[in-house]
Amino acid sequence: MHTPTCTVKSESLAVGYGHHTIVGDIDLHLMSGDLVALIGTNGSGKSTLLKTLAGTLTALAGSVSVLGAAPGALPKRVAYLPQHPVSSHTLPLRAHDVVAMGRYAHLGLFRRETTVDRNAVSDAITRTGTAEFANQPLRQLSGGQQQRTHLAQVLSRQAEVLLLDEPTAGLDISGKRAVADIIAAERARGVTVVLATHDLSDAKSATAVMLLAQRVVAFGPPTQALSDANVRECFGFTQPH
Amino acid sequence: MRQALLASVLVALVCAVTGTYVVLRGLSFVGDALAHGVVPGIAAALLLGVSGVFGAAVSAAVMMTGITVITRKSRLSSDTAIGLLFVGMLALGVIITSRSRTFVGDITRILFGELLGVTPTDLWWQSGALVVVGVAAFIAHRPFVLMSIDDGLARTSGFSVPFFHSLMLVLVAITVVASFQSVGTLLVLGMLVAPAASGALLARRVSTMMLIAAAYGTAASYIGLLVSYHYNLAAGGSIVFVTVALFGITAVIASIAARRREDEIPHQHEHQREHRH
Repeated sequence: MHTPTCTVKSESLAVGYGHHTIVGDIDLHLMSGDLVALIGTNGSGKSTLLKTLAGTLTALAGSVSVLGAAPGALPKRVAYLPQHPVSSHTLPLRAHDVVAMGRYAHLGLFRRETTVDRNAVSDAITRTGTAEFANQPLRQLSGGQQQRTHLAQVLSRQAEVLLLDEPTAGLDISGKRAVADIIAAERARGVTVVLATHDLSDAKSATAVMLLAQRVVAFGPPTQALSDANVRECFGFTQPH
Repeated sequence: MRQALLASVLVALVCAVTGTYVVLRGLSFVGDALAHGVVPGIAAALLLGVSGVFGAAVSAAVMMTGITVITRKSRLSSDTAIGLLFVGMLALGVIITSRSRTFVGDITRILFGELLGVTPTDLWWQSGALVVVGVAAFIAHRPFVLMSIDDGLARTSGFSVPFFHSLMLVLVAITVVASFQSVGTLLVLGMLVAPAASGALLARRVSTMMLIAAAYGTAASYIGLLVSYHYNLAAGGSIVFVTVALFGITAVIASIAARRREDEIPHQHEHQREHRH
């Protein structure tokens, strides 16, 4: 059993592109083992917040730290799954190679793969069910298979913070269930998971839910944050009971 | 003739390494711009009687700076701005060359190369460029491959994207400078892109893609030189034409193979279903 420590912290954080703020006044205090679901429509700011936590976008105002450092400063300990990982048709890479790239943060430019790296890759492949097509070129895989491959890449880093932007997009029901099981297992070993999703059902098992609509509509435990009034304000309709 | 073959094989090898990353990262247009942008430097060097390689290197540095500034700051789309920059440089090259008494000969040599006029010094330059490009690509292989998928992936894996992008441009510039003597600035893009693109169609791994590109480039050098010798054709043009023709043949074969594979998959599913019943 791990002792919970603060992993992601922000105060009055504003995120956006260039000089354009998309969401402001974000206060986060996430602990190890937490699952935070970011929920909102397209353009609500979910991906922008994740990119800021990953360090690919600069915070526009306020303060933010991930594992006590600036976002992007600890690549070995933080892994990020973008919304639509690019799978170019020209890339001559097998699914296994794509998963192994998750270890590059540990390997840097020169270090050679060790047993630890190889085990991390094969473990991620097994957990995501990608073994059956691991030797096939990425360009020959279906959208769902590619999504599982990219998720395996993120897991192979064995990070302490996972930033997942719609990891279940393009997956069937069994794939979605498998992702939920993976997230639960990661949390059990003390990993903080920040998950962007459209799907309200993904939020039920979360420690906290942040409803976004170019501002923070609500942030708190699922039962509290997902009230009819908040959901209506965020999506323009009420969830069926 | 042996010297010409050696020079074209060195061009094929250096282009195979750089071309692989150019194709993977989608930098063909930038590669073309760099190749055309070296023309004024070579022209000025010829006029002043100094080494063309030196002039090309200075011009390439100017082009790289221009491309980097445009990519970061331009309010126009970068392909428009880079296109204008390289056409401007090409025009400047033509203006400078027009001051030469042997205008037509000079501009033809710059644009289309003079493979049969390659000197031992040129071969040394090319060998040095191959070593530098090979070592740099070996060191930067991981960030280069990550950037081929997504810049964000490279950044979140701890690699500086601006640094490695600039390094890739430097490698393209070195390749262009090392190759222009053999195939010319206008045709070097063919050697840079066509063998690597053929490799991308056939390979399942980046290293295999590079090896295929090297094999295609070397084969095209041999066939192109042979054809040019027997039929009295331009050597550089013949080699590049063979490279592009080989790519065309490979693309057709790869497309037929992909269609067959797609046809086989439903058959396999049907077979499995029947087996279960």
